[in-house]
Amino acid sequence: MSEKVLIRPHGGARWAIVAVVVAYVTVVIVVPLFALVATVAGDLRRVLEEILDPGALHALMLSAVVAVIALAVNGVAGVVGALVLVRQRFWGKRALDALIDMPLAVSPVMTGLAFLLLFGRGGWLRPVLDAAKLEVMFAFPGLVVATLFVTLPFTIREVALVLDEIGTSEEDAAATLGATSWQAFRLVTLPNIRHGLELGTTLTVARALGEFGAVLVIGGAISGKTQTATTFIHTAIDERRDATAYGIALILAAAAAALLVVLQRRPRKGT
Amino acid sequence: MTTRELQTSSWIPRAARPADTSTARARNRWTLLLRGGFAGYVTVLVALPLLALVVRGLSVGPRGLWEAITAPVAADALVLSLVTSLIAAVANGLMGLAIAWVLVRWDIPGRKLLSALVDLPFAIPTLVAGVLLVALYGPQTTAGSVLSTYGLQIAFAKGGVVLALLFVTLPFVVRAVEPVLRELDHAEEEAATTLGASTWTTFRRVLLPPLLPALAAGTVQVFARSLAEFGSLAAVSGNIPHRTLTAPVYVLGEVERGEPASAAAVSVVLLAVALALQLASRSLVALVDKRRV
Amino acid sequence: MGIRARNLSKSFGSAKVLDDVSFEIEPGELVALLGPSGGGKSTILRIIAGLDTADAGEVWLGGARVDGSHTRERHVGFVFQHYALFRHMTVRDNIAFGLSVQGAPLEHQNRRVAHLLELVGLEGLQDRMPSQLSGGQRQRVALARALAPEPKLLLLDEPFGAVDAKVREELRRWLRRLHDEFHVTSIFVTHDQEEAFAVSDRVLVINKGRLEQAGSPLEIVEHPETEFVASFVGEVNVFDAAMRGGKAWVGPLSTKAAIGPLSEKDREPPGDGTRVRLVVRSYDLKFWRDDSGTAVVKRVITLGDRVRVEAVLDGGSPIFAQFPRRSSLLTGIDAGSRIAVEITHARAWPMA
Repeated sequence: MSEKVLIRPHGGARWAIVAVVVAYVTVVIVVPLFALVATVAGDLRRVLEEILDPGALHALMLSAVVAVIALAVNGVAGVVGALVLVRQRFWGKRALDALIDMPLAVSPVMTGLAFLLLFGRGGWLRPVLDAAKLEVMFAFPGLVVATLFVTLPFTIREVALVLDEIGTSEEDAAATLGATSWQAFRLVTLPNIRHGLELGTTLTVARALGEFGAVLVIGGAISGKTQTATTFIHTAIDERRDATAYGIALILAAAAAALLVVLQRRPRKGT
Repeated sequence: MTTRELQTSSWIPRAARPADTSTARARNRWTLLLRGGFAGYVTVLVALPLLALVVRGLSVGPRGLWEAITAPVAADALVLSLVTSLIAAVANGLMGLAIAWVLVRWDIPGRKLLSALVDLPFAIPTLVAGVLLVALYGPQTTAGSVLSTYGLQIAFAKGGVVLALLFVTLPFVVRAVEPVLRELDHAEEEAATTLGASTWTTFRRVLLPPLLPALAAGTVQVFARSLAEFGSLAAVSGNIPHRTLTAPVYVLGEVERGEPASAAAVSVVLLAVALALQLASRSLVALVDKRRV
Repeated sequence: MGIRARNLSKSFGSAKVLDDVSFEIEPGELVALLGPSGGGKSTILRIIAGLDTADAGEVWLGGARVDGSHTRERHVGFVFQHYALFRHMTVRDNIAFGLSVQGAPLEHQNRRVAHLLELVGLEGLQDRMPSQLSGGQRQRVALARALAPEPKLLLLDEPFGAVDAKVREELRRWLRRLHDEFHVTSIFVTHDQEEAFAVSDRVLVINKGRLEQAGSPLEIVEHPETEFVASFVGEVNVFDAAMRGGKAWVGPLSTKAAIGPLSEKDREPPGDGTRVRLVVRSYDLKFWRDDSGTAVVKRVITLGDRVRVEAVLDGGSPIFAQFPRRSSLLTGIDAGSRIAVEITHARAWPMA
């Protein structure tokens, strides 16, 4: 394969394309961002006051906690799932594979509805919940379940990608050298999938923080109980508390920007 | 040369200790445990709720389904969803290819920044995206008021829906096409040039064909994602029935009205479309892998 | 540790990769598995190591049956074709890995690593990462790593395939030296005959999943037991010939020939008209300038130390021979010259 060299675009046609691309991205992405910052900056004092509202802070904290739980659970499930999908062969693997991608195809509201039908009044799992004295609908566990659903695919896909690329030879070598399966996993596999894991968990956290539709339906946006940052913003807009809404939105946008930094460290494939 | 023993100390490696003939059975147990545990987790978390949804949706019977989706508000919502998603797919399909091209092949100042901006929609909550657009184009802002004098109220209008979708789905085609672009061999282009092909011809006949499956797959993803989009639209479009109400928002409305059955019915239709699109996307991806020499 | 394989068979889907392979390897031997690519050699190695399992047959290591046991219980050192070094560990950690996972005290580990680094000639490189090493260096680290836990058996899968020619020669010589010092039973897989013959005590020729012949390099060359071995080893002319009057005839050229493998030397020579495959090594031929000869030279190629003369027999069959550069036989031979041909040694394999 010949050397990959980036060329400096030459000629009017090429620079025209660059101009169009930049303009498009600017209009679609940059300008809205700017507008948000400008709007907040324009009303900074009020925004700061509103943010410090305990309701707002609680909402942010709730989102953070749910995101961390999703990170932990689907992080582990992601690694296990990737190992199972890439290294094992069994009947029903295709179906499992398709199931894992489903959360990407389902609209968040439908997700909420699905869980409503499962855990709500007259739902299939209602008897189980009642017996265990567990509340899912309009309660914290519901938020967690919904978030787990929507964040399922991310870590699995990224780790599976890396596992597939690397192959089994290092693990085979470890086996010949006397390592147990756990040792081989801990000392050889884990370090090798670190980048995929990082990327996957970052996407998981981003998605978890951003989840709105499902938690709205399942949680009901009950202030102080199931009000996540996103539903808080929604409620604030409904109540015409624009400053608050923009403030929290900016905070989430800033968190996203931080996550973006990690995402950008993604190794460029194909070179 | 004398025969030297490898052993140089008192620690005895396993190889030299008395033979240990344990079987490979323990490993198989773990394998099955992990497989079963994971499959169980996915089944309960994903399959079960979706099953509940489908069953409820289908429980209204084919007649009920038909009525649910042809109810005036629902029908308009579905049509709006489909049309706007199509627009987003085409727009971000073309622009996605252009953006990927610029990012992968050309050395421009600010390339890293551009790449980061393209990734932003992956990181940012969709609701916040909606808020951004309201902040920018809502009637209270300069841009908004200017536009409204020209009768083009973006926020609370169809344009807002499309804009929100463009924001949210921008990265998909770019990221789908990028790896394929990177893997393209310069040597093939050079061969085409030595054989007398113009830039456009080379692009059309050497570079584009391998990109098409990835491009198509990415575009289908954009379409599917747009159909499902909810968060950004809840804020932007103001949810005026018949004008800016999309299907997912309609479903929410039905749920809030206490009509889970009709909500489920429309959901089933959306789900069916989403599944069809998933299948299409998968076959396209398989096509990519098959054609790769 | 000796190795015994009995009736190993394996199929991948509908393709039969190993077909009833049996062999024995004595403790301390250095054996080569030689054969064309895809013939099943690597599969045999992996089955011995426990990385793959045979569909049928048994494997005995050191007198104990190991079919059911896991790779890590077999204590075999394995050197992979593409090294499979742990990319995130330093050279030192790679080499020490086997000792570390088996719980060896740190002091012992450090001593072994130092000893092995010296052995493979990589002193001072213990803190490098694999990505900072050349191919030859990586291979030596792979070897050191495999040897560190003192395995009773060393398996090498095309160990020198991924490095260039000069480095390969060096590594070969060095593997042989290592074996002479430590006498660990070793098996290595290769498709390069020169390598197999230069390094090993004994060669097992494997083709299409079958063991064609097992023997010393000399036996393989001088007394091939099957047609495949005869035509695979060395540079040979292979002709379709017919028997007449106890001799094999190719066009105007005739020669006495040993029929079939050595083990069947007392068999009746085939009758007139029998078609045979005649195998003549490039150095078992004499050419000399003769206007009444039976062949015409097409090309004379100088291959460094040797000269290769390619000619065509009257009747159309191509024929070639190789001579040392200073050979007097080459006098006057150029493209277009007419030459006489004499076969000094040949083997004929009756066609079924």
